[in-house]
Amino acid sequence: MKFLKFFLIVIILFPLSSINAEENDKRNKITKNLRCLICQGQSVYDSDSEFATSLKIVVDKKLKEGLSEDQIYEYFKIKYGEWILYDPGLNKNTYILWLLPILIFLIGGAIIYKSFIVKK
Amino acid sequence: MKNKILPFSVIIIFGIIFFIFYKGLEDSKIYTPDVNTKKEIPVFNTKEFFFGKNVKSSSIFELDKVYLLNIWSSWCAPCRQEHPLLMNLNLDNKLNIIGMNYKDNLKNAENFLKELGNPYKEIFIDLDGTIAIEWGAYGVPETFLIYNNEIIKKYIGPLNQELIDEINLLIK
Repeated sequence: MKFLKFFLIVIILFPLSSINAEENDKRNKITKNLRCLICQGQSVYDSDSEFATSLKIVVDKKLKEGLSEDQIYEYFKIKYGEWILYDPGLNKNTYILWLLPILIFLIGGAIIYKSFIVKK
Repeated sequence: MKNKILPFSVIIIFGIIFFIFYKGLEDSKIYTPDVNTKKEIPVFNTKEFFFGKNVKSSSIFELDKVYLLNIWSSWCAPCRQEHPLLMNLNLDNKLNIIGMNYKDNLKNAENFLKELGNPYKEIFIDLDGTIAIEWGAYGVPETFLIYNNEIIKKYIGPLNQELIDEINLLIK
């Protein structure tokens, strides 16, 4: 009987805790990608400022409402602008940021190709 | 021919990089949030400050009226500093000043109003700061000018006489 009770408790508790952990992971991931706008060089996850603590609560709420990660980013983007995301999307303001490294890489590759391989 | 392309392209690449960095020097390094965009005000439910009644945002903000939403707190020193300005603004009847009490102890907040006066037509409370996030606020004090359920202008930080003059000009 005791064993059965124990078994039941384990069965009841186990899946719940794993769901909880999953939600926590998601929350941490999201708050790590949100910039704490009133701090210097800290994410919302790292900060304990009033702003960041409120933001964490809002992220929790949105997750409970069933919003996906991208929807939550979109929500904060509307409220605070692109700057709140550490990982900015590709748009007309950020295309240089995204394309310049690729461009430099290609040009550099072309120079190397021209000067070393073609010479042979 | 080959020998000419290489230095030429190197110069062009350095030129482009120099140009981008030089442009970057001119930009302000201080992040300035967008304060002029017209945004719809958020919809939220909260409690009223004095009686603790539940209120909806739609019942506070009516169309066709000008509102000034001021986020304040008794623990915030700049709020204390801007409070007399709000009291003066209140003499003007065109403007409805709404208060949002941010993460505060209600007793302290009441004492704050007793000491410095109450310029607000209505006050609602934001205990955990989530409503302020809905508004896109950064902290206290912060002030929003609202007309027709749209945020016309946002002032981050304490108001001063210059900004009060600007508000007066805007609502005329």
